[in-house]
Amino acid sequence: MAAIQMPQRKKPRPSPAAAAQKKFMLRLYVAGTTPRSAQAILDAENLCEQHLGGRFKLEVIDIYQRPALARDEQIVAVPTLVRRLPEPLRKLVGDLSNAERVLIGLDLLVRGEHKRL
Amino acid sequence: MVERGPEKAGVGGSIPSLATIVLNQASRELLSSNNFFFVGDRVRVGSGLTNLKSLIPILTTIPEIRKLLTQGSRFSSLSVDSFSHVPLTGYAVTSILRGESTGGFVLMSKRKDLRKSRPAALPKAPTGIQGLDDITEGGLPLGRPTLICGCAGSGKTLFAIEFLVRGALDYKQPGVFMAFEETSEELAQNVASLGFNLKDLTAQKKMIVDFVRIERSEIRETGEYDLEGLFVRLGYAIDSIGAKRVVLDSLETLFSGLTNAAILRAELSRLFHWLKAKGVTAIITAERGDGKLTRHGLEEYVSDCVVLLDNRVSNQFATRRVRVVKYRGSRHGTDEYPFLIGEQGISVLPITSVGLTHDAPIERIPSGIPRLDTMLGGKGYYRGSSILVSGTAGTGKTSLSAHLVHATCRRGERSLIFLFEESPSQLLRNMRSIGLDLEPWIRKGLLRLHAARPTLYGLESHLVAMHKLTDEFKPSVVVMDPVTNLSSGGTVTEAKSLLTRLIDYFKTNQITTFFTSLTTGERAEEATDIGISSLMDTWLLVRDLEANGERNRVLYVLKSRGMAHSNQVREFRLTDHGIELVDVYIGPGGVLTGTARLAQQARETSEGIARMAEFNGRKRQLDRNCLALNSQIQALHLDLETAQEELQKIGNQEKLRKAAEAQVRAVMARARYADPLANCAQLMNSNYRKEV
Repeated sequence: MAAIQMPQRKKPRPSPAAAAQKKFMLRLYVAGTTPRSAQAILDAENLCEQHLGGRFKLEVIDIYQRPALARDEQIVAVPTLVRRLPEPLRKLVGDLSNAERVLIGLDLLVRGEHKRL
Repeated sequence: MVERGPEKAGVGGSIPSLATIVLNQASRELLSSNNFFFVGDRVRVGSGLTNLKSLIPILTTIPEIRKLLTQGSRFSSLSVDSFSHVPLTGYAVTSILRGESTGGFVLMSKRKDLRKSRPAALPKAPTGIQGLDDITEGGLPLGRPTLICGCAGSGKTLFAIEFLVRGALDYKQPGVFMAFEETSEELAQNVASLGFNLKDLTAQKKMIVDFVRIERSEIRETGEYDLEGLFVRLGYAIDSIGAKRVVLDSLETLFSGLTNAAILRAELSRLFHWLKAKGVTAIITAERGDGKLTRHGLEEYVSDCVVLLDNRVSNQFATRRVRVVKYRGSRHGTDEYPFLIGEQGISVLPITSVGLTHDAPIERIPSGIPRLDTMLGGKGYYRGSSILVSGTAGTGKTSLSAHLVHATCRRGERSLIFLFEESPSQLLRNMRSIGLDLEPWIRKGLLRLHAARPTLYGLESHLVAMHKLTDEFKPSVVVMDPVTNLSSGGTVTEAKSLLTRLIDYFKTNQITTFFTSLTTGERAEEATDIGISSLMDTWLLVRDLEANGERNRVLYVLKSRGMAHSNQVREFRLTDHGIELVDVYIGPGGVLTGTARLAQQARETSEGIARMAEFNGRKRQLDRNCLALNSQIQALHLDLETAQEELQKIGNQEKLRKAAEAQVRAVMARARYADPLANCAQLMNSNYRKEV
């Protein structure tokens, strides 16, 4: 898959270290209890435990149960991991099997730095 | 259950019935005892029967059916529940064992069936958009997705939203609008100008607008995904108001927000199947692509109906056009039809379908000029006909139209004049100069003048404006003056198509139309600039004749369908009390008009007097000759009588003389004792002389 392009920013990017100090509010939207959903939930929990320690709150939402929430949160694809905090809002679309991509998406890792981890 | 016979093409559930039989109790029992049974009001066949043919003897024992058969109805096949179809030999029954009323049979003749029993046409969802339902013959395919594609600004979103709003208001079909490009507030504002109140509709649960925001900057793709979120939202919206119509405007935004085209394509294909399964009539809008209908090839997935919108500029006039590219399972108009976004939404033209089915009234309406009526078979124009007056500048075309209007208003009927060259007050002033005061009619509300430069807006807008005014005012006569100017608002072909549609519309509504057409000097006079003469029922031609230092107008009827019309040229005079038609002088010197005609008339009068005197003299002379000849004839008659009397007298004398001579001879013979032989010779001799 093509490399994800980062949008241009005026402010300097907060360093992953700084980001890692903040508390993370995450929401994972899945559709039903399919194996894919279960895997996504497992992956999300593992990643958070591993990289955020206790500084996170992960909410799992089944859009079949709460379709209105899917509308309000502008969910189009599932699974979607929404980083509500810290700002800015970020949506990670797709399964979470590739840890590196997820961490980059959550600003916990800058591209090319993964070897340090 | 019944063994299903082979399905036959062309026989479906909508077979019109030839005869419906209501079974009485005895027949019901007969059927019941023969493996038929009744479920509610439907007749079913019991499981004991494996072959439909074995039903025939049973059916024919039912008195109602036998009665029909003995009456001579012949049927060639039998169907049960409309899909089983068994051919029968001899006479038999085609029946649908369908209890319309309790235990009723429907019988029909096979031969008629096959022609009439086409499967029901594709069910359609009327869009409610003016004209579009005519083109698509009823609307968009019901329960299927339709693709509307077009370039930016061609009106895709408006088409879609009108489909929803009309559906919600006119057809009681709630709708869901999934907006990918505009928020619901923006959308509501944008369509408020068309008179659509989305907020009200949303409040009344007739419509849901769901804005799907896909912000590229927020999204990171981390792996495989599907669009179930979209499905859930759509399904939730549909179910919450029981929507029957769905608009996705425009799905292609997904491609800019999400990069995995393979997933998107698979998901879109799934989405369309899902929409079909949901049974909603959907519109999917998409941007026009290079060389393709849509940028991302959506037409591959939505294949039931594709509508293409287009916005083209020619001669600085932009015209929007709509074309139904494809419509699976239905006939449709294939042309490009112009459409307008007006105050009341979208109107696709032709507003009226172009058909030649209008009635032809035989009622006549006077032209307002008595002698012109005489030329038109004595009664004037036909009501609802189209009249064209063509001629060069200043030949009195407008005055002719004003006469018609005047006469119409005097009867208390309404007239509408479209002016493309003069202002209303200018027309009123000019007509007053020939003694026609139209102003009172305006005050009484019988006459309306509508002046607009043809170049003010595009032809289609003109058409719509004219339609609108005509619908409002309901005139019985419409004048367009001059129609030739319309071509300056577009091309000649466009103007002609506009007029064709207008004439169609007017004729359908039995409105008499009067067009004036300006012929420019260098053109042939029997040609109109925009080639509309063939559309006209009556064509009057006015022209100038220039001779002896003056110009005079003449008028003649070039054609007038369906009436005996004069072939004469009439001189056409504009006087202070209106138009007068005068016979022209046609003599050895050609056609004379104006003062030349007057001079000729004077000359003829004096010549006439002289001729009369000469005639009288000669008459007297001849009378005298006759008298003389008569007296001569009398004298000759007298001479003739005298001569005839003389002849008679001579003849008698001769007879007497001969008789006397014979007597004398006989006496002399006796005296001479002549022998018989001599006597005999003498007799022979006398006989011979007689013969000679």
